[in-house]
Formats: sequence, C-alpha cells, structure tokens
Amino acid sequence: MIGYALFFAFSCFGLALLMNIYRIVQSPGPGDRILALDTMVVNAIALLALFGILKGTTIYFEVSMIIAMTGFISTVSYTRFLLRGDIIE
Amino acid sequence: MLVEILISVSLVISGIFGLVGSFGMIKLPDPMMRLHAPTKATTLGVGGALIASMLYFYFVVGQLSFHELMITLFLFLTAPITGHFIAKTHLHLNHKPSDLPPTGTERPWASYESDAERQRIEAAAEAGDTPR
Repeated sequence: MIGYALFFAFSCFGLALLMNIYRIVQSPGPGDRILALDTMVVNAIALLALFGILKGTTIYFEVSMIIAMTGFISTVSYTRFLLRGDIIE
Repeated sequence: MLVEILISVSLVISGIFGLVGSFGMIKLPDPMMRLHAPTKATTLGVGGALIASMLYFYFVVGQLSFHELMITLFLFLTAPITGHFIAKTHLHLNHKPSDLPPTGTERPWASYESDAERQRIEAAAEAGDTPR
C-alpha cells in the first residue's frame, strides 16, 4: 500500500514540476519566474524525500538540505538583484 | 498496518497539496494571488512528504532520523522570507507609489521610503520634535 501511495505522490510532484517549467517558459514577468524557480526547488526537495523512502536510505537528506540552502540563497539574490541592481552592497 | 495507512495517507495528502500549489501558480489570474499557492500549499506538501519519510524510517526501517525535522524547519523559516522578497519585487516593478492606498500618516509605505528621508525622520523623532 505504501508503494502505490509513493507512486501517486511521485506522479503528483512530477506533474507539479512540469507546471513549474511551463510557468518559467510562459511567464508574464520576472516575479512569476522567480516564484516558479523557488517552487521548483521545493518540489525537488519533496521528490528527493520520496526517493529516499523508495530506496530505503537516509543519504538523500543531506542532498535535500543542500538543495534547500542553495534554493533560498538563489531566490534571495535574484530578487535582491531586481530590487537594488546589486546583490552584496 | 495502522502505520502503513498513516504513511500512505500522508503521502497522498502531500502529493495532492504539491499538485494544487503548482496548479494554482499557473491558474490564478493576478500576480499577488499567484504568490499564495506555492508559498502555502507547496510548503504543506513537502512537509507531508517529510513526515511520511520520518514515520517510514522510524517504524518500518527502525532508525530514528532528525534530518527531516531540520529540513522542515529550514523550509518553514525561509518560505516567508522568499515570499516577502518576491512580493516586494513585484510591487517595485509593476506599481507606482501613487497606486497604493494612503498610509494615514505623513510617511509613505516603508518599502518606498528613501534612505535619506528615513534618516531625517528618525533623527527628528529621536530629538523629540515631531511624533512619528
């Protein structure tokens, strides 16, 4: 039963990633593009957690921690760049 | 058996919330509305996935891991900050200060106030001349 639920969650997050890619390509402005990239990072973290359940190892949690930090830094620097024209003042 | 049901339910809930979050991002009409879906629903979705993973590793594999709690804490701390920055970017790129509702005081909205203006007003308030 866990297997079926796992593959349901995998397909849901895969579809969500496809929607994010659509929003990145077909975006009305830079704000939506940043939002789509940030959501993509969060969905990738969820996919990694699910992949860890599927493989039965905890090695993927370090990977998702690093992806979470990188995603946060990149979102903040992109928005800072758009707001101030500079990242570190 | 009960644990299996619990893990499966949290996996299904996390998948549905992740899908709803990303669907809301392409469906909702206004940029500020579009900010709602990913920052709330997707955060809940990834939280559900991490709870399912924690339950699985404790009850099925038999080892307790706190990494999921760390990731959840980090995401819950950073999601409001990124949401705030994206909203501010949208506000500064697409709106003029004259479009916004009045603040009710002499000062403008804090995001539009220039540094020189803020320093002048705060120095005046410290000297005790004018109320803020």
